[in-house]
Amino acid sequence: MANTTTLDKKQTDLLAKLSYAMALSGDEGEVRNIILDEIHSYITDYKIDALGNLLITRPGTTDKPLKVMLAAHMDEVGFMIAADDGEGLFRFEINGGIDLRQLPGKAVIVGKEHTPGVIGARPIHLTSVSERRDKIPLNNLRIDIGPGSNKVKPGDRATFATRFQRVGASIIGKALDDRLGVAVLIELLKHSPANLDLQVAFTVQEETGLRGARVAAFFFNPDLAFVIDSTPANDLPVWDDSENLSYNCRLGAGPAIYIADGSTLSDPRLIRLLEDTARNEVIPYQIRQPGGGGTDAGAIHKQRSGIPSVSVSIPCRYAHTAAGMARTSDFKQTIALLQATLQSIPQDILAQERR
Amino acid sequence: MNDILPFLKELLIAPGLSGFESPVSEIIQKEWKPLVDEISLSQLGSLHGLCRGNLGAPRPSVLVATHMDAIGLMVTGLQNGFLRFTDVGGVDPRVLPGQQVWVHASGPKADPHSPLQGWVVQPSAHLLPEELENKVIQIENLFIDTSLSPEQVRQLVRVGDIVSFAQAPLDLNAETLAGHSLDNRAAVAALTICLQELKSRQHAWDIWAVATVQEEVGLTGAYTSTFQLRPSLAIVIDTTWAKGPGSGDWNTFPLAKGPTLFWGPNIHPKLHKSFKELAEKLEIPCAVEITGRHSGTDAYATQVAADGIPTMAIGIPIRYMHTPVEVVALKDIRRTGRLVAEFISAMTDDFMNTLTLES
Repeated sequence: MANTTTLDKKQTDLLAKLSYAMALSGDEGEVRNIILDEIHSYITDYKIDALGNLLITRPGTTDKPLKVMLAAHMDEVGFMIAADDGEGLFRFEINGGIDLRQLPGKAVIVGKEHTPGVIGARPIHLTSVSERRDKIPLNNLRIDIGPGSNKVKPGDRATFATRFQRVGASIIGKALDDRLGVAVLIELLKHSPANLDLQVAFTVQEETGLRGARVAAFFFNPDLAFVIDSTPANDLPVWDDSENLSYNCRLGAGPAIYIADGSTLSDPRLIRLLEDTARNEVIPYQIRQPGGGGTDAGAIHKQRSGIPSVSVSIPCRYAHTAAGMARTSDFKQTIALLQATLQSIPQDILAQERR
Repeated sequence: MNDILPFLKELLIAPGLSGFESPVSEIIQKEWKPLVDEISLSQLGSLHGLCRGNLGAPRPSVLVATHMDAIGLMVTGLQNGFLRFTDVGGVDPRVLPGQQVWVHASGPKADPHSPLQGWVVQPSAHLLPEELENKVIQIENLFIDTSLSPEQVRQLVRVGDIVSFAQAPLDLNAETLAGHSLDNRAAVAALTICLQELKSRQHAWDIWAVATVQEEVGLTGAYTSTFQLRPSLAIVIDTTWAKGPGSGDWNTFPLAKGPTLFWGPNIHPKLHKSFKELAEKLEIPCAVEITGRHSGTDAYATQVAADGIPTMAIGIPIRYMHTPVEVVALKDIRRTGRLVAEFISAMTDDFMNTLTLES
């Protein structure tokens, strides 16, 4: 049982590589290749489906094993170059849910070559006080790569250029949603339990509507599914210092188990299994506060005639911004909880009462 | 001539907020030492480098001022492990969320040689006053998150600690560079090029190369250094607004198309004319920058130091001024350095006598 809360060098390097990769929805190849490189010696076969999902089956060795799907999405939010304005300036669209207020003053990378660029803003000297109370609309922003090059063209993807860092007990970088989940899934795949048919999906297009997970679940036709994602930790002080009652989840409090979000009511048997396992193994966990938002489970549990599903997320502050922040302990404990859970799934779990 | 880029990048990585210029001052001092005859600091921390002219004493002198201070942030309070802050110099709050910063912590457990990493963060809507939903979040409602525990933060950070931007310099296309503090480290680089050129050339006049302090908060270094050194005339190099997204008006200038020559009440008309003529002769492209009142540069101060100093100001166009991703064309820095060097080496014994106010 991995009990440690710190990362070793290999894990840190893998997370850094995953965080630096650019893989916007519909263009996940960079992350897919990193995963394949990492797992190739552990698998005999894999499938890349019509949308780009990376699908791997690890058959169990016991009699009539349960088919258990595990999913984590490869894609991230970012930008797409929309038009060339000349002089190295490009108009762009936002892909996925990025707050407009996170854009001005940022370094970005563009295209397959990761060409560096910036998103600037009008000098403060040329703005009025009232203007500075208004968000800068997207059509006033440009990605600037400097004049005199044809390295960038409309249709190219772009994302934040953020240095990946380990600071104290934390991990900071871009696209931790859901590269943390991808890294957890790689770990689970490497140490897959013998009692299950493990069906691993590194999915595409989660950020544009859970589209990869939907077809992956159809393909696998599993008995049940676990989704590993990242969920916002809104555990900051409230402006007036009142108690923060809607923190969603907290950094450092362990994996966040979903009961209900905007798209899924988790299967109660799976919630119970996770909680029992955590208690037995003395692994900290928290319940993600019920509310909006969603994960690939939203598409998976409604696939075919219904697939009992649950999500477990690694808490992450500032998701969908240039720099997310997570704790190494939460990452490690998510791996530990899922490993222990997979090993202890009773064969008859779906015969248990739904209560 | 040495390639200026490594030195400029070193300047951009160094902190050096207004009033706290020592880190950048030390880097400039190291670079200037072999280029000047004497070097010293003013009472307020401005760096004064003297290159003696080859006229007999007493010689006239020209002061070239480039401010070395940068805008940034300052800690105003701690709240449950998160830092509250304000700005030093003018920072548009709209460029702050998501920005990486260095917190120069000075608390009891802090190591003065290793600042803390931090990130400016915008709390989610339900943690902010209701009326701010979907609005620009002003500085007083943003936090800096160091990722450390409240207890660690209490031991490390104090109210008043300075915070500098951590955006690393980025090489963009065609010798353009992005980074924070190009205002005004780009001008310090131009002055350094000027000193390198003059190292191997004759110049009649004494040159005071000055890296001024506290420009962003009131031109403090320029007022005091010009008084102390009492030059015969002053040349100020600062950055100016380049044309770019959202900035295309008459008061903005194309990037990479040469520096600007200021014109207006801060500027001595004959000095302006001399610079313009020289630029044309050397085929250095220049634009004329009209500033009807305050030039927004150290020239506003040098002109009224002591009993008044004839002053000229030159602008290096940069995009996105006062954001952490200002953009400059290295070409414009080189042109500026060369123009000032040529001007100084051409100044004769009796140059002051030609400085009439009548055209």
